Amino acid sequence: MRTTYAKAVGRALAEAMRADERVLVIGEDVSAGGPFTITSGLVEEFGVDRVRDTPISEAAITGIATGAAQSGLRPVLEIMYIDFLTLALDQLVNTAAKARFMSGGQLSVPMVLRTQGGAGQRAGAQHSQSLESWLCHVPGLKVVMPSRAVDAAGLLAGAIADPDPVVVVENKTLYFRTEEVPDAVAPAPIGRAAVLRPGRDVTVVALSRMVHEALAAADELAREGIEVEVIDPRTLVPLDLDTITDSVARTNHLVVAHEAVGAGGFGAEVAAAAGHAAFDDLDAPVERVAAPFQPIPVSPGLEDAYLPGAADVRAAVLAVLNRSAP
Amino acid sequence: MKPAEMFRHMTRIREFEERVKRTFTDHPGVIRGHTHLADGAEASIVGSVATMRPGDQLVSTYRCHGYPIALGSDTSALMAEIYGRATGICGGYGGSMHLADPERGFLGTSGIVGQNIPQGTGAAYAAQLRGRGDVVLTFFGDGASKQGAFHESLNIAAVWKLPVVFVMENNSYSAGVRTDLEDANAAAGEPLATKARAYSIPGVTVDGGDPLLVHETVGAAVERARAGEGPTLVESRVYRLSAHGNSIAPPGVPLHYPEHEAVTKYGDVEEYEAAKRGDPVPRFRARLVESGALTADEADRIAGEARTEMQAAVDFALASPHPEPAAALSHVYA
Repeated sequence: MRTTYAKAVGRALAEAMRADERVLVIGEDVSAGGPFTITSGLVEEFGVDRVRDTPISEAAITGIATGAAQSGLRPVLEIMYIDFLTLALDQLVNTAAKARFMSGGQLSVPMVLRTQGGAGQRAGAQHSQSLESWLCHVPGLKVVMPSRAVDAAGLLAGAIADPDPVVVVENKTLYFRTEEVPDAVAPAPIGRAAVLRPGRDVTVVALSRMVHEALAAADELAREGIEVEVIDPRTLVPLDLDTITDSVARTNHLVVAHEAVGAGGFGAEVAAAAGHAAFDDLDAPVERVAAPFQPIPVSPGLEDAYLPGAADVRAAVLAVLNRSAP
Repeated sequence: MKPAEMFRHMTRIREFEERVKRTFTDHPGVIRGHTHLADGAEASIVGSVATMRPGDQLVSTYRCHGYPIALGSDTSALMAEIYGRATGICGGYGGSMHLADPERGFLGTSGIVGQNIPQGTGAAYAAQLRGRGDVVLTFFGDGASKQGAFHESLNIAAVWKLPVVFVMENNSYSAGVRTDLEDANAAAGEPLATKARAYSIPGVTVDGGDPLLVHETVGAAVERARAGEGPTLVESRVYRLSAHGNSIAPPGVPLHYPEHEAVTKYGDVEEYEAAKRGDPVPRFRARLVESGALTADEADRIAGEARTEMQAAVDFALASPHPEPAAALSHVYA
């Protein structure tokens, strides 16, 4: 069926709630659907006990989801913008991520934290960030970042079934893309990358919105005779490094592309991990595509200048090929 | 719970904490890191925990040794945890600040001041949805009431009428600083339970040195919560008889328990001596013996049994192996 990323997420939530009464949705404005209509219709089917609007208290609602999960529920918490996660990080990082460990395996926190990031909607410096790399630095959390509707649904189902806390980072500019999605989406395995386009010359590992930019760049480069292999890791933690290094063994070139700022970004981790594991296969240093080290401006011209896109991926592919040892 | 049984648990907690404290001198190096003792709060802990029935749960902050003792957790496993041994209740992964015994309803702690309060509120949300009348006790100190998590949680618990009792053990010191220097209510000479008014829920202050009074007060709040009438803030006035925590020093330098901040920071020896004179454990013993609820011999026997139990806990913990280093990488994920 043709549907949007947003509707695919909402449908996955409804299916999980129908299948398991322990699954509930909590967050700010969730009964009305939230700003992106993701949770629309759920309260009508499942009621206010399981679709619970919360006060604007990100720290408390993250702790509430944690405590409810420890008590046997499977809450899916929505933090409306990833920018607001700063308010919730103590609960997520110090309790949810560590409860199993600190209790020697006695406690379990099967919660999902859904949030969304990304620029491109002129929303400014506090509603547009890509902060996923912070989460990837916390043992105990799993982090998924779907780029396609089918994965947004499948990875969410996988996250809800997972016994550990999983953060799902969606992207606001992808919500209203229309894509072909199977009528029944199977839960996607957490920790497995997808090769979205095969190619022999350069491997591009892209996250979230940049997957689509990388695919666009690959189309253009193919017309010039350069075949790019596009990999979507889908899961950042745990990272499927094998799929990346298998690809690099064939292409001998690696570009990593994401929308977050480059410094300390997840691309640095991929570059280091792949650079170490596949050093002998690489003909050139890993190229990174990322945003500049600055906050996100709001004025359209400024934001467009700030945002990395297909042209940056293309330039990086050409750069990595140009730096190849003869 | 009968008063004599309350006295027994109070005595056990006191003896346990004395043994933790003595470990620093009797067995230097066995405990590193941070410990925070509940001596002085025994009556408050036991009176509160005695209101719980199976299915109820509790969370606490890092000053957490007393609750599992009152809940019936194995004190040898608790001591072994504090000693970092493989036989510890959390396998040596948690330590003094992170005890947990979910089978008995103890859902764990937060080492970050006040950050367990949302967690307890969430457990209460789960209890509300289960619909069996279960209640969650959420313990924290006066310092925690300056955290946003406290205020956010009280607001949500009030709006959702969650079955949670917020038990604030007010020991008049927020870590090392007197609370009336840092708390607006205390500075104005009002009880900290005043904060409940901001959330339109009951706020009561109780003498945390009297286990029967605590039991009655927390019990009323628990019954209110069970009946679906929502949360209560109970301010339980206690006096911590030890310093905030043990000293902190580089590896190899022996740790110890400094004197209470009343003495070391404020030079107020009389405040501390008065607190010692009001020590809830001997106070309750005298009351029980005087009323005939307990004979002096029975009280001595209870104290002797607590000594034997905690000596056995120390012996067990000392004899227990440390975890295998390879086990350090376990329990991060299921």
